[in-house]
Amino acid sequence: MNRRIIVRSVLTVIALLLAVLWAAPVYWMLNSAFLDKFTLTSTTPTFLPFGGSLDNFAAVVGDPRFVRALTVSLAVTLITVTVAIIFAFLGALAISRFKFRGRTSFVLALLLIQMLPAEGMFIAQYKMLSNLNLLNDILGLTFLYTAAVIPFTIWMLRGFVAGVPADLEEAAMVDGLSRFQAFRKITFPLLAPGLVASGVYAFLQCWNEFTIALVTMTEERYRTLPLWLRGFIQASQNREIDWGQVMAASTLVAVPVIIFFLLVQSRMSSGLVGGAVKG
Amino acid sequence: MSTLTRHRQSTPTRPQQSTRPASKLPLLLIVPATLILLGALGYPLGWQLLTSLQKYGLAQQFGQPPEWVGLDNYIQIVTDPTVWTVVIRSIAFCLICAFATVLIGGLMALLMQSVGGAARATLQIALLLAWAMPVVATMTVWIWIVDWRRGLLNWTLDKFGVDALGHNWLASPTSFFIIAGAIVVWMSVPFVALSLSAALTQISGEVLEAAQLDGAGTLQRVRYIIMPLVAPVLSIVLLLQIVWDLRVFTQIKFLQDAGGVASETDLLGTYIYRLGTGSGDFGSAAALSVLMLVLTVLVSFPYVRSLLKEES
Repeated sequence: MNRRIIVRSVLTVIALLLAVLWAAPVYWMLNSAFLDKFTLTSTTPTFLPFGGSLDNFAAVVGDPRFVRALTVSLAVTLITVTVAIIFAFLGALAISRFKFRGRTSFVLALLLIQMLPAEGMFIAQYKMLSNLNLLNDILGLTFLYTAAVIPFTIWMLRGFVAGVPADLEEAAMVDGLSRFQAFRKITFPLLAPGLVASGVYAFLQCWNEFTIALVTMTEERYRTLPLWLRGFIQASQNREIDWGQVMAASTLVAVPVIIFFLLVQSRMSSGLVGGAVKG
Repeated sequence: MSTLTRHRQSTPTRPQQSTRPASKLPLLLIVPATLILLGALGYPLGWQLLTSLQKYGLAQQFGQPPEWVGLDNYIQIVTDPTVWTVVIRSIAFCLICAFATVLIGGLMALLMQSVGGAARATLQIALLLAWAMPVVATMTVWIWIVDWRRGLLNWTLDKFGVDALGHNWLASPTSFFIIAGAIVVWMSVPFVALSLSAALTQISGEVLEAAQLDGAGTLQRVRYIIMPLVAPVLSIVLLLQIVWDLRVFTQIKFLQDAGGVASETDLLGTYIYRLGTGSGDFGSAAALSVLMLVLTVLVSFPYVRSLLKEES
């Protein structure tokens, strides 16, 4: 019995150490974001942000380059989410409510596309946008992003649509509602959580995306937030870097993601592909 | 609701919507998604396949018509030792990271089953936080942590008696990849640990207890009860991890920006990027991209097939 207690305490200590190891980088980002340059240039790290300030955040937010990147990111993300959700919803409706010729091929194509790495196509996509004169253009990036998020969004919504029994809608129609009314009054409210979850998923994908943006948004004023963050790291090769500001910038990019991610995480991981969010 | 149910019962002969005779409606519904996918992925894919069979370099960029060269680009890349180095390096990096991630994640899932609620919740929250971090933010923090002058890593190692102060981890390819691997594993473990932990909680305690009463030790229980039940999830998680660890472009790019020597630390993604944007050799870049896609499809096919089966 005594041995079991010892084993259990050892395991608990290991679990807590691992928790520290996994939370530490996130904590380190927040901690450094509040510390000034002089504290951070000391050879001994400062572990608690006492005497810290919001100066780093103020400096970052006050920088017009941040505002520009934020605008580009928001524009690309919001357009993509809206378009992708509408198109994906129609697609999900088709595959979960109807049996039709080509349905299996369509689903197979979606699943395969979902697995394809952006790195395997980005040169070709770059070339295409360049021919269409859509490089450094919010529309061009939105186009690529929409295609990138649609397969998984359809897959995710399909589950939600299938969860609403078609009978319910039919019954409402028997009660005298038109097909559209039945859909709007019965099915749509039941689907709302699914639409929100898929929307958040699409949002996270676009907000975090780096690879395609790097290739297609080559001019500084069209940088998205991830490209803007990379700018700090690039600059570090030539001059002393103000890590406090970089961490404040990273925090600004990460905090909305962490909040949204925690909100929808349980829904997404239910269908194992959930991890695809971090692709 | 009750009215709806009553009506449904009163019309039992009404056919199910899903079995209605084929109409054009479902096809119309998938038109928008299909068009976007064809435009943004299908067209580039087709262009890539054609270009991989052409000589398409800087001259063609400036308007010269590309020249058909058959499989020359493919022959060129499979006979190029640099490409081989990059491909083998990528696959090795991918497999090492994927197996390490699944091993650590699996052990963590087992650990979560055997500690108390408070410790488990703490670990789960920490894992969720790490999982939620955007890749780019993860990279900036880690680059700050491994910074050779004032990074947390060197300071900690120094406190443990390792002479690491002032050591630049990104300067040599070996330590560059150790750091890159550690970061990739750190960011991938939460998904694996939490998925496997969810699978483990599905196993009934009664069965395990019965086995224990029958005299099965911990190892035997893991081997004969837990493993067979967790195996399907385990294999899917490993497969996804392999597919994802083949595309670590963002992580490598950031570390290269932070001081890694690009030519010695390229993996497939960054190499294709440099071929295409740097030297403008679209023919080779296209051929290599096609190989990367084929590799991904081959690896992920079992997974896609299992999803498809489950779906129908």
